[in-house]
Amino acid sequence: MAGFSIRPCGDFRTTYRQDTRIFDTTYIRNAAILGIFAVAMIPFVLDGYYVNLFIQISYFAIAALGLNILVGFTGQISLGHAAFFGFGAFASAWINNTTGIPVLLSIPLAGLMTAAVGMLFGLPAARIKGLYLAIATLAAQFILEDFFARAEWFTGGSYGAAANPINVFGYEIYDDFSFFYVALFFLVVMYLLGTNLMRTRDGRAFVAVRDHYLSAEIMGINLTKYRLMSFAISSFYAGVGGAMYGHYLGFVSAEGFTILLSIQFLGMIIIGGLGSVKGTLMGTVFMVLLPEVMESGVSALSVFEWASSTAVTDGLAYIKEMAIGLAIILFLIFEPDGLAHRWQQIRAYWKLYPFSY
Amino acid sequence: MTSQGPILQISDVSLVFGGVRALSDVSFSVQPGELFSIIGPNGAGKTSMLNCVSGRYTPTMGSVSFKGQDVTGLKPNDRAELGIGRTFQNLALFGHMNVLDNIMVGRHHLLKNNFVNGPLYWLGGAQKEELEHRRFCEDVIDFLEISHIRKATAGTLSYGLRKRVELARAVALRPDLILLDEPMAGMNLEEKEDMARFIIDLNEEWGMTVVMIEHDMGVVMDISNRVMVLDFGRKIAEGLPDEVMANKHVKKAYLGEEDDETDEDEQVA
Repeated sequence: MAGFSIRPCGDFRTTYRQDTRIFDTTYIRNAAILGIFAVAMIPFVLDGYYVNLFIQISYFAIAALGLNILVGFTGQISLGHAAFFGFGAFASAWINNTTGIPVLLSIPLAGLMTAAVGMLFGLPAARIKGLYLAIATLAAQFILEDFFARAEWFTGGSYGAAANPINVFGYEIYDDFSFFYVALFFLVVMYLLGTNLMRTRDGRAFVAVRDHYLSAEIMGINLTKYRLMSFAISSFYAGVGGAMYGHYLGFVSAEGFTILLSIQFLGMIIIGGLGSVKGTLMGTVFMVLLPEVMESGVSALSVFEWASSTAVTDGLAYIKEMAIGLAIILFLIFEPDGLAHRWQQIRAYWKLYPFSY
Repeated sequence: MTSQGPILQISDVSLVFGGVRALSDVSFSVQPGELFSIIGPNGAGKTSMLNCVSGRYTPTMGSVSFKGQDVTGLKPNDRAELGIGRTFQNLALFGHMNVLDNIMVGRHHLLKNNFVNGPLYWLGGAQKEELEHRRFCEDVIDFLEISHIRKATAGTLSYGLRKRVELARAVALRPDLILLDEPMAGMNLEEKEDMARFIIDLNEEWGMTVVMIEHDMGVVMDISNRVMVLDFGRKIAEGLPDEVMANKHVKKAYLGEEDDETDEDEQVA
């Protein structure tokens, strides 16, 4: 009957402040903080390959959180998230190159610019829902892709745009080792902001609009305002993630931001769990690591004679692509609430073990 | 009581959907502090009337004014800010939120934090504000006796409890006028008694003006100050509960007496 919360015996809350904490128990909070420190050790312990993977996870995870705020929490849909991600990358490079504003500042500024663009393309959301909105955002994807290819003043057209490395207090961050900490910082900050958003007024309004928009309106929530705001915040996150991506690679070209990437973002939040901040991170980790795990699986197979012929290795490379599609389908069938829900169930299982009730 | 004029004034409201006249020239007014009930057979236009007041429908003709201000063209969210709260006949909770968050949504128009200082939480005063409003919501939770389910997901609750949570959510708005659309439908006797007690307390202790649609005649006659009867979109009677019960048009609408019988009655009279 009571709420789904797993807490140890005797651990009572005596103030509302305690009851509104992000983490259920102090133990979990400490574990999370320790986890962040453990992740911060990665560059010292593991080699550059893993550092690179983590950086990928961090900028994708930030953008994916934006999409989850739009799709998972507000119940809208967007097929153009990759275009906003790309817009953020170009915008930050452009701001930095033309005005000389330091990169650390141009990243959030690029986020704001992307938010404005996102709001523009979110305008149809004030009127339409579901499949129709999906098609409208698909238009955003193609219009922006075309814009990237043609607006040479902004993106450098087909040559692409150079993006300067991040400069922290006069210290240039051009290698993976130091960028790792910038990425970790942005990841933690953006996820904290996202979590806080969802436990305050506007976050509740988003979920209210998703769950029952008619009664949300009766409760004093301006539907148009909140639908647009959701697009703006979602694009802000995409823009920040994209800007990090641009400054990490040092170069932005228009080719990377196709609809395929938009679908991958959707895959991340579906696998991770729609409407879950924690799940977004899990889903991104899953989607970034899946091809890598498949890759190492393929190379492990190559010790066998039959697997080292070109026909087989080529075939396995395609299987790698198909695995992503298969993963999404399997998740939709067996775990539609995503990894976050699965994680909750695993916790409940061990908490109650060996008594299942 | 009447010195400040009616809190709700409905003037000649008609509502037309294509060829269907849901409401025809309905006028009534509700005084501050009143407990006003709207009754009538199914399809009489009761919920349509409430929708015109809460802003989901805009009347085809006529006007709605609240606290002396014409609100006919305002959107529902603007009316909520003015102080009109309501519950729905078919449950309309936010199913995936817990009960507490549902009720906190009711504080939406009173909270000041936004998408800038909300995410900053500890820095911009959002935490302090949230906790203050949480305190009020806990008062509502205590009043409606739902403290044991405050962390339960709203969609998993039983029907009677969901109705109560919906009432809590509307009360959290702190409205001056609360519209209740069949608050007791589908409840057992015990739940009905509880609900009637809550409505009386809201009216008397919390000082809210109540406009209620209800089919349970016993409850309506017991707790209402005044009753209005709708039939086929027309107002056929309005007055004290006993007067309305004695009205022959009302009897006809409810019991479907034959026309000739009424004629006889009139002849006798």
